[in-house]
Amino acid sequence: MSLLKTIETGLRSLLGHRLRSVLTTLGILFGVAAVIATVGIGQASSDSVTARITSLGTNLLTISPGSTVSAGVFGGAGSANTLSMEDVQGLQDRQSAPDIAAVAPVSQGRASIVSASANWSTTVSGSTDGWLITNTRTIGSGTFLNANDVATRAQVIVLGSTTAANLGAGVGDIVMVKQIPFQVIGVLAPTGSQGFGNQDDLGVVPITTAQDELFGGGGSVQRILLSATSSGTIGSAYLEADQILLQTHHVSDPSQADFTITTQTQVLSTAQAVTQTLTILLASVAAISLLVGGIGVMNIMLVSVTERTSEIGLRKALGATPVDLFRQFVIEAGMLTALGGLLGVATGLAVGYIVPRAANIAVTITAPPVIVAVGVAVAVGLIFGVYPALRAARLAPIEALRAQ
Amino acid sequence: MPSMDGLIQLESVNKVYGAGDGAVAALRDFSLTVAAGESLAVMGPSGSGKSTLMNILGCLDTPTSGSYWFAGQDVSRLNETELAHVRNRRIGFVFQQFQLLPKLSAWRNVELPLLYRNVRDRRSLALQALEQVGLSNRVDHRPSQLSGGQQQRVAIARALVTDPDLILADEPTGNLDTASSRDVLAVLHELNEQGRTIVIITHDPEVAPVAQRTVHMRDGRLVEQVAA
Repeated sequence: MSLLKTIETGLRSLLGHRLRSVLTTLGILFGVAAVIATVGIGQASSDSVTARITSLGTNLLTISPGSTVSAGVFGGAGSANTLSMEDVQGLQDRQSAPDIAAVAPVSQGRASIVSASANWSTTVSGSTDGWLITNTRTIGSGTFLNANDVATRAQVIVLGSTTAANLGAGVGDIVMVKQIPFQVIGVLAPTGSQGFGNQDDLGVVPITTAQDELFGGGGSVQRILLSATSSGTIGSAYLEADQILLQTHHVSDPSQADFTITTQTQVLSTAQAVTQTLTILLASVAAISLLVGGIGVMNIMLVSVTERTSEIGLRKALGATPVDLFRQFVIEAGMLTALGGLLGVATGLAVGYIVPRAANIAVTITAPPVIVAVGVAVAVGLIFGVYPALRAARLAPIEALRAQ
Repeated sequence: MPSMDGLIQLESVNKVYGAGDGAVAALRDFSLTVAAGESLAVMGPSGSGKSTLMNILGCLDTPTSGSYWFAGQDVSRLNETELAHVRNRRIGFVFQQFQLLPKLSAWRNVELPLLYRNVRDRRSLALQALEQVGLSNRVDHRPSQLSGGQQQRVAIARALVTDPDLILADEPTGNLDTASSRDVLAVLHELNEQGRTIVIITHDPEVAPVAQRTVHMRDGRLVEQVAA
């Protein structure tokens, strides 16, 4: 029988059992849709993490304090207060650190900012003039903090664009942070980021002012941001920073260092590895449901072969060869899963359209997972169709004809 | 040795089902020759081996021993695929239960054997065959919309459509009332008049007079031959 005719025959038989065919394809449908949606969500979160991290610049190095050890219990990285303004001054030394372009200590916390017309709770960072370079930001209007502001503990603040808009405050206005008046001296240019970790919603004040007036903590610094002179000098900047801090902290054994230096590329590859692992995990769960769908298809094809025993016998009597019958049942199974696969793609695309709008979760659907999922679905049908099709092909014509 | 005058030549055919103590011989040393253009009725009670004979004549099964020459070819040792080709090209079947596919219209049912030999013009061949059995006005009806007699005539058209050397009818009137039986037998008789070889397996004595020759079977052997 010609392939086209075989497909037509298969279609007729599937249409003859509409409800059963649709129910059988459901397993494949959800499997394919789940693969597409989960890979899409994984892809989107990976993209967004990557974008967020690279937007900070690949020249960035971050120094965090080491962990505390109290009564033999490690307190986790960053739990100690081992960084200080002396470290910042050491790192700013052009002689011993020629590859470090900018240094910015950060000491931050959440605070409520009150303007003449509104109040808004946001992240307030104490830092220095190096903050702008290390965070690769630019000022939109007004000016940023300068060394003098830091030295004089000036009560000045630079706002993110979202914060400024929400407060209804502009350059020159006075806002209250923890009941202390600050003058707005600048507003940052927007980055366009949104949602959780919005980089346009923040305030920056001189670190000296933050330490003394807002968060306390004496001279301690939560972390220090460093900018290498270029992406090619990150390695040497790393070594210089390491050397300087070991010296200022009086640590002779580098394995005992009470600080950690991380580069953006490290952070990026870690974050990507994490999202990739999660995506693979989710996609495997989805792939298992595809497999289960395939077993459902095999089940139904076996039922179909049993039900149509006398039809198979008749076709054999009329001259269908074992190969003809094998092909017919394999193609029927393949068509079931192909149909499920296509409906699954439609469902997956629908999920990709609805979820970002309904739940604020980004979904990036790319061609490869769609193609792979449909390919796998069809392959699942063909593979799981083999056994039932062999049963049909091997039926003895007289036995089959006798079945009624 | 085969002679060329017999379309069908069974020589010392044995068919045994099962093995050991449970073995049942359905055909014992059975020999039969049917000439081209002949019509033959095979009669006998249940269990006489009629169905086994039908299966072997129709190339649906192979003999345990002995030889079967069909149209000059020894078909007793062919494999399943080769047998399928012989059935498709040379034999038309008519069954007691009609064996029409319920979801297909009359002409689609008649078309079926042609699907397995990649013929073009299937529809016009199917319509021709339906015209020969007097069902030109029922081509698009489904089996459920046809009477028993009409369904059996569709089945005869399906047997005819490949222009076979042999039409093999297994109890063709077994499920029909008297009037329909007469209709169906008339069609078969007319086909024989046109030169087709027909073998009818039956236990209905009404059928026998239609055939040129009747043979009787008992316990897997021929018991007598009657020339009409």
